[in-house]
Amino acid sequence: MSAAEAPRADGAVETFDCRVAFADEVIKLARADQRIVVVCNDSVGSSNMGAFQKEFPDRLVNVGIAEQNMVGVGAGLANAGMIPFVCAAGPFLTGRATEQIKADCAYSQYPVVLCGMSPGMAYGELGPTHHSIEDFAWMRAIAELIVMAPVDPAETRQAVQWAAQSGKPVYMRVARFKIPAVTGPDHQFEPGRISTLREGSDVTLAAIGTMVSRALDAADLLAEEGISARVLNVSTLKPLDDATILKAARETGRIVTAEEAVSSGGLGGAIAELVAQHHPVPMRILGVPGFAPTGDTQFLLDHFGLNAAGLAKAARELMGKGGD
Amino acid sequence: MRAVEPTFERTADPENLQHIASAVRQKIVRTIALAGLGHVGGDLSVTDILTALYFDVLDIDPANPLKPDRDRFILSKGHCAAAFYSVLSLRGFFDPAAVDTFMKPLSPLNGHPNRRKIPGVEANTGPLGHGLPIGLGAAIGAKVTGQSWRTFVVVGDGELQEGSNWEAAMAAGHRGLDTLTVIVDRNRFQQGAGTEATNRLEPLADKFRAFGWDVIDVDGHDVGALRDVLATRGSGKPRAIIAKTNKGRGVSFMEDLVDWHHKVPNAEQVELALKELAR
Repeated sequence: MSAAEAPRADGAVETFDCRVAFADEVIKLARADQRIVVVCNDSVGSSNMGAFQKEFPDRLVNVGIAEQNMVGVGAGLANAGMIPFVCAAGPFLTGRATEQIKADCAYSQYPVVLCGMSPGMAYGELGPTHHSIEDFAWMRAIAELIVMAPVDPAETRQAVQWAAQSGKPVYMRVARFKIPAVTGPDHQFEPGRISTLREGSDVTLAAIGTMVSRALDAADLLAEEGISARVLNVSTLKPLDDATILKAARETGRIVTAEEAVSSGGLGGAIAELVAQHHPVPMRILGVPGFAPTGDTQFLLDHFGLNAAGLAKAARELMGKGGD
Repeated sequence: MRAVEPTFERTADPENLQHIASAVRQKIVRTIALAGLGHVGGDLSVTDILTALYFDVLDIDPANPLKPDRDRFILSKGHCAAAFYSVLSLRGFFDPAAVDTFMKPLSPLNGHPNRRKIPGVEANTGPLGHGLPIGLGAAIGAKVTGQSWRTFVVVGDGELQEGSNWEAAMAAGHRGLDTLTVIVDRNRFQQGAGTEATNRLEPLADKFRAFGWDVIDVDGHDVGALRDVLATRGSGKPRAIIAKTNKGRGVSFMEDLVDWHHKVPNAEQVELALKELAR
């Protein structure tokens, strides 16, 4: 039985903060490759980089509270032949330094790994200023920038390894909201390739990041009603795995997307653009409709229907079986 | 077909450098007239700084533009690409005749420099306030890897109104990065008006000093003085060279006039300018 098929309903399933795997993998890489360097903005603690700093004090550049400078410094370090992991809270990294990400990293084609820590509504209680829900739309618009959101600790490690050797500019969400492992032991992360976690023929649930385990739960709910749902783990938002999406559109005829991000311009937008042009099928796009109220992440996800019940409801509607 | 344009070798002789700067200026004026676009005022103010760097100070090899231990140079005021391209080509990074395609459709010579298209360019600049943070990163990179190359960034004075410069200035001062040099092309004008009328920069030297920098004032059109200052290394602090320049330098009817930020000379003005610059 793969982890994806393991029962989760009993609440006893172990969940993970992906920052732990992230930091551990960056340290492992840094031991083997002197070019690995971390840049952060007074975020050593929140990026979980304390151990890295202890082991490699000269290779952690803390520029202070200065995100535009931080990203420019990342590009300059890449110019000097290093492989920088630029770590900062997602909203400030992507929001304050969008132009630096575009011009200094992507357009200049410097292999900077931009790590959006605590993305989505991880800082739920702190309010919309601290929610990183626009990042998918912002980063997806930048040419040549790879945008990924590894789903669990194992995939996070693999994504870190890939990004470090890719020679490409990458934006990576590093999730803090605890989720179960959803990839099995044989899973091999491949950028630009969607993994199909569960086969299904009636509807496709295409999810990213924190939404993937919830999509699996939704598929369980739907199975009880005789609806066969395919579950896709879209760990790379850009480039999108067009073939797998279009295959799902053809074979299931309906797609529900779910993301811990604004419901325009992100995963749902990307898939809608693709299918509308090549194989139009009915869709439901689940995301955050506007500025969120205060509340912890769990509360906010449920508040916006970004959970198993919400995904199942959207799938039922697409099946013409009504809402609740 | 026009005659093959001569290129120039590295030289420490101020008179030779002066001669090269004059050739660069003429090339700038011809290039902008041909393109019908450009930023002639700032191009002419930054010419002597670029000439001192590229024809004497920088440890670079046009035949091997990415040699790992090269000195790094970043033109933060990327809108002065015509001056940059003229200097790079006359130093042998690429064929000077190629500069004739500046801003033409599909030319690699964009209106702002692109490192993937033009050998010798380190960063794609254009939006203001980007160069100093990138230079800071490059300088930190040298330190982390124990290398001794230097990093130079030319910023326009107007672009110092962007906060990112001061984020970088603070970090460079804090780290005592003495391999980092910023040269301010202090021509006192930005696009729409004087810098002091728009958003005052003075006392500029004091600002850098307060951030932990050594500051050196220099005549930005004295190529010999520029090369002397730039060739020496400071110790323990990053260095800001405030180079006093004139926008439109060398062309009497352009000098210190904000209009010539990006006005294009007509045929008659080109002829007049080239005559003045050839003197």
